[in-house]
Amino acid sequence: MKKKADVVIIGGGVNGTAIAYRLAKAGMDVVVVEKKYLSSGATGKCGAGIRQQWSTRENTELSIQSVRMFETLSDELKMDIEFRQGGYLIINHDEKELKQSEKNVEMQRSLGLDVSIIEPSMIPDIVPVLDVKGMKAVGATFCPTDGHANPFLTTFAFANAARKHGATIYTHTLVEDITINENRIASVETSKGSIKTSWVVDAAGVFSKDIASLVGIDVPNKAYRKEVLATERLQPMFQAMVISFKDGVYFSQQQEGQIVGGIPIPEEKVGYHTMPTFSFLQHMSQTITRYVPLLKQVNMLRHWTGFYDVTPDARPILGEDIKVKGFVHCHGFSGHGFMLSPMVSKILAEYITDGKVSPVLERLTLERFEGADLTQEQNVVG
Amino acid sequence: MRKHAIVCRCEDITEQDVIDAIHQGYTDLEELRRRLRIGMGPCQGRVCISLVKKILEKETGQRVSEESFPTSRPPLIPISLGSLAKKKRGKE
Repeated sequence: MKKKADVVIIGGGVNGTAIAYRLAKAGMDVVVVEKKYLSSGATGKCGAGIRQQWSTRENTELSIQSVRMFETLSDELKMDIEFRQGGYLIINHDEKELKQSEKNVEMQRSLGLDVSIIEPSMIPDIVPVLDVKGMKAVGATFCPTDGHANPFLTTFAFANAARKHGATIYTHTLVEDITINENRIASVETSKGSIKTSWVVDAAGVFSKDIASLVGIDVPNKAYRKEVLATERLQPMFQAMVISFKDGVYFSQQQEGQIVGGIPIPEEKVGYHTMPTFSFLQHMSQTITRYVPLLKQVNMLRHWTGFYDVTPDARPILGEDIKVKGFVHCHGFSGHGFMLSPMVSKILAEYITDGKVSPVLERLTLERFEGADLTQEQNVVG
Repeated sequence: MRKHAIVCRCEDITEQDVIDAIHQGYTDLEELRRRLRIGMGPCQGRVCISLVKKILEKETGQRVSEESFPTSRPPLIPISLGSLAKKKRGKE
């Protein structure tokens, strides 16, 4: 194992590998430590969606810029990440949701996003298989530049490009301790040896809280169990991701043809339990066949459990810690880490290489939770 | 010589596809699965994973433990969403 590095990134998910790529490209000596295999955590379990329709300005800005990067990422990384823009159709079920949508669309449009409010009668023009009455839709919003990419391939593409620029990635390697010298990161102790470094990036997803606690930092994140199912492959039927905040459901058809989607588990509890449940399957099947009746004849192949690393305001925690110098937070994505990764990795890499502080970074510090006035992200599904 | 034998019938992956991916650096059963979609079709890995394990051991010269086999996901056999959506008898 390498004895020293400029930066040690903990976590081989999409954010860890993306930051590794950007730092290595900028000429830094980078090591990634992953306790299992690449994309083994939330990245590899996620629903693959990429959306820009949010209720908070920070998430909207980050995601608009991320989408612009996703558009050219396959070329940049020289590997097809299966990015495609079929849009996101957000179904509204009552007046309250319609009012929130109007507010959101106004804010989103002010940031330059192409998004509009859709009448119920127009919904089948976008996703013909939807049953407008069955899902009790009173309206919807649609953004045509939202979309999907393959989370595994995106992670591998970032990792391969990072390696080409000289980064070293250790999989099946556990971080056991982090040492500090005069409030500055000094080394990372792993199951395969010790690495001297002055920077650590905590991109360990749901385990970020444990990593932060190694240097005495308490983060307010909680692990929320989520389940996702995948059907057999079908001919292409629709392009858009369909979601509903009220029902909590999301689903889309992936490039290979399978329908992938999720919904909150009825008896969901906070904590780390990985066993999938039958009640999820039943609840999801009842909901998705109400939205798309023809799916009743379609076979489900598998379902799995993943985790949201959730913060009190459902927005990520990003940037260098104020107490422990060199410790960089990159967690708390609350279910949206994959779609924000291109921009998040750019902002954090620029901070580490040049000390550049972007305005978004200033609003997403850990310290915001000490204040009383939190802006809650409302647009959360799954 | 290219090895055209099909290893994964669900996703149409040949022995050569697996060998190429291993030489590109995907030397973990889970990573191979995510790169090639082996074990993600209707058989869910029951047909292909043991074969992929053998190829991986041959190419890397290292033993692959059965503990590193990809997680088995429920259900055991594909089941229609319509069947799953049915309400329990008497609870309608």
